[in-house]
Parts: sequence; C-alpha cells; structure tokens
Amino acid sequence: MSGLLDGLFNGISIGAVLLLAALGLAIVFGLMGVINMAHGELIMLGAYTTFVVQNIFKPLGAPWSDFYIFFALVAAFIVAALVGVLLERTVVRYLYGRPLETLLATWGVSLILQQFIRSVSPQFVVGVGLFCALYFGAIAIISRRPDFERIRNWAIAIMVPISVAIALTASNVLGQSFKLGFTRPWFGTQGVDVTAPKWLRGGLAIGDSQLPYTRLFIIALTIVCLLGIYWFLNKTNWGLRIRSVTQNRTMSACLGIPTQKVDAITFAIGSGLAGIAGCAVALLGSVSSNTGQAYIVDTFMVVVIGGVGKLIGSIMAAGAIGILSYVIGSNAIGPLFDSMPFVKSIFEFFATASMAKVVVFALIVVFLQFRPAGLFPQKGRTVEA
Amino acid sequence: MTRPFKRRDFLFMGSALAGSLLLKSCGGEPSTTEASPGASPAATGDGIKVGILHSLSGTMAISEKSVVDAENLAIEEINAAGGVLGKQIVAITEDGNSDWPTFNEKAKKLIDQDKVVTVFGCWTSASRKAVLETFETKNHMLWYPVQYEGQECSKNVFYTGAAPNQQIEPSVDWLLEKYAGKPFFLVGSDYVFPRTANTIIKAQLAAKGGKVVGEDYIPLGNTEVTAIISKIKSAMPDGGVIYNSLNGDSNVAFFKQLQGAGLGPDKYPSMSVSIAEEEVKAIGVEYLKGHFAAWNYFQTVTTPASTKFVEAFKKKYGADRVVNDPMESAYIAVYIWKQAVEKAGTADDLEKVRMAALGQTFEAPQGLVTMENSHHLSKFVRIGEVGDDALFKIVFETKEAVKPLPWNQFVPETKGFSCDWSDPAKGGKFKAT
Repeated sequence: MSGLLDGLFNGISIGAVLLLAALGLAIVFGLMGVINMAHGELIMLGAYTTFVVQNIFKPLGAPWSDFYIFFALVAAFIVAALVGVLLERTVVRYLYGRPLETLLATWGVSLILQQFIRSVSPQFVVGVGLFCALYFGAIAIISRRPDFERIRNWAIAIMVPISVAIALTASNVLGQSFKLGFTRPWFGTQGVDVTAPKWLRGGLAIGDSQLPYTRLFIIALTIVCLLGIYWFLNKTNWGLRIRSVTQNRTMSACLGIPTQKVDAITFAIGSGLAGIAGCAVALLGSVSSNTGQAYIVDTFMVVVIGGVGKLIGSIMAAGAIGILSYVIGSNAIGPLFDSMPFVKSIFEFFATASMAKVVVFALIVVFLQFRPAGLFPQKGRTVEA
Repeated sequence: MTRPFKRRDFLFMGSALAGSLLLKSCGGEPSTTEASPGASPAATGDGIKVGILHSLSGTMAISEKSVVDAENLAIEEINAAGGVLGKQIVAITEDGNSDWPTFNEKAKKLIDQDKVVTVFGCWTSASRKAVLETFETKNHMLWYPVQYEGQECSKNVFYTGAAPNQQIEPSVDWLLEKYAGKPFFLVGSDYVFPRTANTIIKAQLAAKGGKVVGEDYIPLGNTEVTAIISKIKSAMPDGGVIYNSLNGDSNVAFFKQLQGAGLGPDKYPSMSVSIAEEEVKAIGVEYLKGHFAAWNYFQTVTTPASTKFVEAFKKKYGADRVVNDPMESAYIAVYIWKQAVEKAGTADDLEKVRMAALGQTFEAPQGLVTMENSHHLSKFVRIGEVGDDALFKIVFETKEAVKPLPWNQFVPETKGFSCDWSDPAKGGKFKAT
C-alpha cells in the first residue's frame, strides 16, 4: 500500500513539473498556434531571475531570505512576460500563420538567449546599449526630416558602421581601463546555484518514505497556476477576448476586439508561466544556460499528447507521462511477477532512467498512431483555422 | 516568387549584421590576440604557435572554459618568463562547440592551416575519440587534460588527467575500508566514461568482496531523477554507498533531490568523480556537505606550487574563481610540453619533442609528477569531503605518486596489457611479461 502511495506521489510530482513547464506552452502553442522554440529559454530566464532574487535577499537576513521564493515567483513571471512581449512584438507577430518560419525564428531566438546569459557582462551591456541608443536615436532624429523616405537607405548605411564603431571602441576602452570588473560575465558559462529556502529543504515523513517539501511545493504551485489560468480565461474580460480570438480571429476583429493587443497579452501570460516554471525547476535541478533545453522536448510532448488547445488535455498528459515514466523507471511492476522470472527480467531490463525514457517515447509514438490529435482533440470550426 | 529588396529587409539585415558583430566582440571569449598579452607584435611574428581546442559554447562549455583559462594562465606565465627557446608562445583558440565532428574539423584546421606545433584540448572522451584519428594519421600531438576511463594509449596523445587506477580504484578501496560491509549503488550518466568506470568498479568490488546492489544511468542533461532515488532507497533501506559518475547538470538535480528525499551523507555517503570545486559552487554547498569526491588535486592542497597557482589564477580571473583538478592537469600539460621542447631544442620536430617529454618531471600544484613512458602522468590520489566553505577537506592522500595503468587490470580483456612508447617495439598495447 505504501509502495502504491509512493508511486502515485512520485508520478504526480514528475507530472507536476512537466505540466508547470508545459502550461505556458499550452497557451502559446495550444491557443495561439505559435510553435515557440524559445519556451525553454523563457524557463531558463525564470530560473536565472530566481538566482538574482535569491542573491538580493540573502544579505537581508532571516525572515527575508527564507521567503525570497515568493518574490522570485513574481519577478520571474514579470521578467519572462516582458521578454515574451518583446519576442512577440519584434519577431512572432510578423510570422503568424507561418509555422515553419516561426519555428526557425524562435529557435534562433533561443540560441541568442542562451548565448546572452553566457556572455552578458557590463562591457556587453554598455556595448549593445550604446549601439542601440546611437543607431535608433539617430534614425529617430533623421526620420523627422521631410525627405526621410529618400535618404533612408543612405542614413542606415552610414549610421550602422558609425554606431558599431563607437560602441565597440567605447566598450573596449572601458574594458581595458576597468579590466576584470568590467569584462567578467555576470553569470558565465558555469551554472549558478539556487538553494531552496530552509523550510523547503527537508521532507514530510510518512511511514518509511519521505515526501520532499520541494515536490509538494511544486504540486501546490501547479494547482495554483492552473486555477489562476482557468479563472483568467473563463471569468475575465480579457480571457473572453482571448478565447474569441482563438476561435475566430477575423470575426473578433470585426466586433472590435483589439486582436494585436490580445495576441501580446496571451503571449505575455504564456511566457510568464514559463518564468514561474523556471523558478520551480531551479529548486529541483540545475540553473545554467542549457536549463531550457532539458525541458523543451518534454513540454511539446505534453501539449501534443494532450491535444492542442485543451488545458485539460495537458493536465491528463502530464500526469500520465509522469506516472508512466516513474513506474517504468523505478521497476515498480517487476516485483509483482516474482513467480515468472522471465517477465520480471524484462521489466528489470527497462528499469533504468535511459530505457524508461525510450519506452515512454515508444508508447507515445504508438499512442499517436491511434489518436493523432491527442487525448482531447479540437472539434468544430477551429480545427482547420 | 521574388520580391524586391525592401527597405525593411535592409534595415533588418543591417542591424542583424551590426548586432552579430557586437556580440562577437563583446562576448568576452578569449580571442587569439588576447591569449598572449605578454607578446609584442614583433615577437608574435616568429612565436611558437600552439592550438587550444575546447568547447567555448554548448553543453560542455560549462567545464571546458575554465580549462582554457588555466592553459592561458600557464602560457602567459611562460611568456612572461621569457618564453620557450627564446620565443613567445602564441595560442590559437578554437571552439569545439560541444560537437564531436566540429572538434575534428577544428583539429584539422589547427594542424593544416595554422600549423601549430601541438594542441591542448578536449574534455569528453567522445571528443577525444573524434579527434584521435586525425592526430594519429597526421602524426601530431594532443595534450588531454581530463581524468578518463583509460583503455587507450595513443602515440600521439599525452594524457595528463588521471587513469582509472589513479582516481576510481583508490577511491573504491578507501570506501571499502571506511564503510566495510555496506552495499554499493552505481549511478552514472549514459555514455562511455561512466559505463566503463562502472565496469571497472564492479570487477574491482567482485575481486575484493564488495557488493553492488544496483546500477543506473541517466541520459546526459536529464534532470528527472525521482525514479533513481526511490530505487536507491529500496535497494539499500539501511544505508549504503552511492558511487556517482554523473556528469554535468544531472548532478545538480541528483543532489538537490537526494536531500529532499532524506538520503543524507550520514547514511548514504556518496563518492563522486566528476564534481570538483566549480561544480560544488554550481550545485550549492548546502546540498553537498559531507559527500566525497576523488581527484588528484584540490584547491585546498597546500604545496607551495599550489598556493602560487591559486593566487596567480585568482589574480588573473577574479577572487571568486576556483581552480580544480582538470584545470591543474591542463596547467601541467603546458609546462611539461615547454620542458620537452626545451630539452629537444626544437618545437617543430614532434618526434623529438615526444621522446623528450618522456621522463619529464614537474613540481606541480599536486606534487612532483612524472611523464611516464605510457604517455600518462604519475599522480597523487586524494579524497576530499565537501566542507562549509564549498572547498574540499582532504581526508586521504597517497604519500607517493601513483603510476598510471592505462590498460585496466580488473577487466579481463585488458588484463596484463601495458603501454610503453619509449620503445617502438612495444608501443601502445603489449602483454607485459
């Protein structure tokens, strides 16, 4: 009995991490149909935000440093949402309805974000900041001229090299005069450490097994996020608008719904949820520039299995994948076949982390043969849209 | 369908170009010219060119970048002291991008195009295997600075990291003595080093009466370890030793969740072979305190050479940086190469340099090391326990340097074989009589 309970808890806790990571994608990919390959990097940004908040609160002492995690959750949501909006406004919105281009563009963005985290340093910020200020400032001033349209290309051709040259020189001069303090990356390639606050570190002892507090915390967090999303989509005006744009964009636009604003908000919320997920996974795993890569495949898997566009599908899929990978990986079934050594040895063979992953993916391939649209397929007019 | 070249495209491409230029210059990567700040332009012209080939991007950048730092430190020190044979060393750094075919391409580029006289590089066994053939067919020279699984002895590679008998085997012996009668559980990442290491450990434990109750592998980079932890708990309900050869990010997840599940080092002590000072910082000392790691060198080693090394490194790269075993091995590699070149009187005749390297001794941070005829170093073995300061308290060290055994003596296929490159008749793999 305790084994069953243990298995259920562990399966659900794996599922909760998957679901939390996939929740943002369920909105961005599920509702908006945007294949956002940078979703993993938004998770990573959330994890790094947690690290920064933790370091801000550490010197403040006991009551603050114990509860930094709640501030980190809020900060991670905001940071990821802002980056999400930026991504949507500058890249994704030009590519609506072109899934392949979106995939490539967002993948590029994910690489940029990874490298950004590795190499961001005061020098880097000054360099890029200076370039942006000079270039866009100059273009803004020139664009006031009446003959802007005519000289535009010339202006760009002149301003780009000038801005690059000034920014490069300035950052290099500063780098040489301030040396290490100025050129050293903030985070670097090496991962950073996020330590769970004291009250999250132990576990709840039940019988001879122990339920880790971090896992309980993540399960609770997932439930809160789910309820929040449900409430937002179904009980608020913006939720109503999001749902209507999802169902029929043209008709919604005709009825006066600002679809562009709705897109930005939807994307921001999906990204913000990725930030929260980043905060949660930082408690369990590593925080480095590769953090996002570890989750991107799993999150797409959850959304696809669940049925694109259905939150309930994602919930069921995450739970099923979680329980399945735990049951296979921990060899929970093997001992039931004590009387049949051959069957038992088969289960034992698959009971390693690598093999469990293989089996889970194989089962998913088989499942999709029978239900290509996932657990809860979209029905009705939105299908072809 | 063709489109006219629009202004927007121009704007976009222009800013993309400028942005990428900026990224490249501000990235803080060590570029070729920065590598030897001591060198004046005139000296660079006829300096001695060496290659540095590590991943500066991708998964392995986490570990390999600090090794590049150590190599650059050694080169800078040598240049400041007058260089080699009166010439400055010029380092040409290439990024292997954590991708094994790229490593091979870059190795070819360094040898054919840049005409370097030797290459310091690689971290993972996979990257070493990828470039091995290139170095062998071109009869060139590679200095490999990381502890590895052994079972290899190339004429064209110098291995300055530990062979299994200089890290894994002594640590298992130590565990058998300290935790007599306790069962062992082996956890590793799913690739060649942990699998070979665990084969060796199992053979060794079988020979010495230890008991392995379980073995599990996690795909590289995977962070879901719940199933493994409950297997450890059910296989060893009364506690036991965890032998951990996980690599990279999985370690962080493993130790965080090990503590959450209540498996502390008092009942479940663990011995790690891929966790050094840098990794302790990234995992968080709260999760690792009391666990063990086996290496040849820890930052807490107190030899004068170690103190000097740590000080020089912190001065160059910042006070909060730490040094670790692979960095020390890389540092040694540069110095042994320099001594070999000086003894040979040339840097270009690789065969002369190679023969001169054999028998070279160097007062390294870990102690006096010797380049043996097997192209491996004799090294000191140490076991450290993670303390509050995120450094290792050394709880065991060998009095003398341990001679390397590239071919493993516990594995039946290679039992009795050894390696001697001072004698062409013997070569990389011969049956010792």
